[in-house]
Amino acid sequence: MTSVLSGDIFIISGTGILEFLTIFILAVFVGNEVVSRVPSILHTPLMSGSNAIHGIVLVGAMIVMGTATGTAQMVLGFFAVLLATLNIVGGFTVTDRMLEMFKAKPGDRAPKGGDDADGAK
Amino acid sequence: MTAAIVIQVLPPHTPVWIDLVYLAAAVAFIIALKGLSSPKQARNGNVLAAAAAVVAVVVTFFNPVAQFSHHTTNLVLAIIAMVVGAAIAVPVARMVKMTAMPQLVAIFNGVGGGAAALISIVVFLGDANLHTLGGAKPAVYAITEGMLGLLIGCVSFSGSAIAFIKLQELITGRPITYPGQQVINGLVGVAIVGLAVATVATDSVPLMIATAVLSLVLGVIFVLPIGGADVPVLISLLNSFTGLAVAASGFTLNNNLLIIAGTLVGASGILLTRMMSKAMGRSLSNVLFSAFGSVVTAGGGADGAGETRQVKSGTPEDIGVLLAYARKVVIIPGYGLAVAQAQHTARELADLLMDKGVEVFYAIHPVAGRMPGHMNVLLAEANVPYDELKEMDEANPEMGTADVALVVGANDTVNPAAKNTVGSPIYGMPIINADDAAQVVFLKRSMRPGFAGIDNDLLFDEKTTLLFGDAKDTLSKLVKAVEEA
Repeated sequence: MTSVLSGDIFIISGTGILEFLTIFILAVFVGNEVVSRVPSILHTPLMSGSNAIHGIVLVGAMIVMGTATGTAQMVLGFFAVLLATLNIVGGFTVTDRMLEMFKAKPGDRAPKGGDDADGAK
Repeated sequence: MTAAIVIQVLPPHTPVWIDLVYLAAAVAFIIALKGLSSPKQARNGNVLAAAAAVVAVVVTFFNPVAQFSHHTTNLVLAIIAMVVGAAIAVPVARMVKMTAMPQLVAIFNGVGGGAAALISIVVFLGDANLHTLGGAKPAVYAITEGMLGLLIGCVSFSGSAIAFIKLQELITGRPITYPGQQVINGLVGVAIVGLAVATVATDSVPLMIATAVLSLVLGVIFVLPIGGADVPVLISLLNSFTGLAVAASGFTLNNNLLIIAGTLVGASGILLTRMMSKAMGRSLSNVLFSAFGSVVTAGGGADGAGETRQVKSGTPEDIGVLLAYARKVVIIPGYGLAVAQAQHTARELADLLMDKGVEVFYAIHPVAGRMPGHMNVLLAEANVPYDELKEMDEANPEMGTADVALVVGANDTVNPAAKNTVGSPIYGMPIINADDAAQVVFLKRSMRPGFAGIDNDLLFDEKTTLLFGDAKDTLSKLVKAVEEA
């Protein structure tokens, strides 16, 4: 912090970039590893689930909304929060709805009645 | 004056406890993605990720970086935006039909990209303000991160919007092409890179806005030449793009959670996209740049060629008898089944046949429908047990012993041209070998070719019988016919 007071304001974030880059590279490998054995049955829920996960951009949207000053930034920040909320809430809800249908276990035949009603839900 | 600027330029730090919560959320996301690999764990995985997201969002209200404690108006606006967003998202996600799921994923993906782009813009405007007030120009890498988030986010936003419009059939699902398309797209890409570099060099707001606008244009023109059949691959790619845009936002805001979550999605999304194009027997660049399926449409010859050749169409009663007395029936579902919402009727028919002692399974092509696994989702909705669903590689060796291949609303995924006709646009695409079965029955709406726009020789084969109509109707008729047989 003393270096900041002396006017050298980039020291803290300047060292940060390498750490962030490290995290980024490691996350690339984790991301690849984690989905490498997904059966194609689950490709759609996986796409939908990962779509929901990037909805965490809401945290970023909240931060810019909180620090926004002036009309332009406020309006843009507002829409950033709105869009990110759509992404995260909609994403998790849709994924849950998809996965809800996978409840039946192999060989466990659910009764036929009421299936069509479920479809309209 | 300068002292005040220094305090504003230096953002407050995220306290350790909040960083730890963010770390826990990131770990939860990794476990959730892992959980999505197994049908039993998938739902728990999703719930875990959602819970982690809620916790991360709640602690962000207390994160000094967001400065909500100093800015009440901003806090109120943020809450209003979140309430409005949730009030729109939940009913939409709950009500939309399963067949429209691909569009829905496209639109939720697009708004995420839009949010990442807006974050970049707001941060850029804030920094530029301080710069003009006499503060230091932001570091080159900081502007570069922001510009990457802006560029990728804009492409993802407008690209997803066009993908949505195509899948919703508000515009034609066929590729939209014009002369010099690749060159024009390339030039727009080069112009964006040039503008982005100029923006980084000058920190100029108008240049930043020009980059954003041109990136939105690029998203549109990038998606236009991609045909309806390939849009799932595209959505997967755009999903990956949004992940990367979110990671860029994480760099801009020095936020580990955004970097990890965004990168996870970016990396896994690209892998998934490649698996999907591989399932179609094509490279990703072929999917993206070949305007697949436009040629035949332009020629308009497909329908004419179909009329001159003989097809054999049967009655539901004939086919009902054929099915009821078969030993082994393979049901091959396609998009027609999804459109007609016929998954329950398909299961009813399969159950009835099984009650009669017929061996029945479903052969699922990886890209049947409009998303990978689309058929599995629909059949799971109808409570079809997993062990009756066989993936292509598992199903094909058994096709030779099947008495009847019942193709419900599928076409390209059983087209033997993929094996036999060198030079056919789908040559090399793996298919389900319906032609190996002793008899083939097609339930089709019309003689129109599939998404790929190619004639299917199997329709004209002498062992093939066609039953025209909506898949749900024809399946219901077959159920009745089998009951009476």
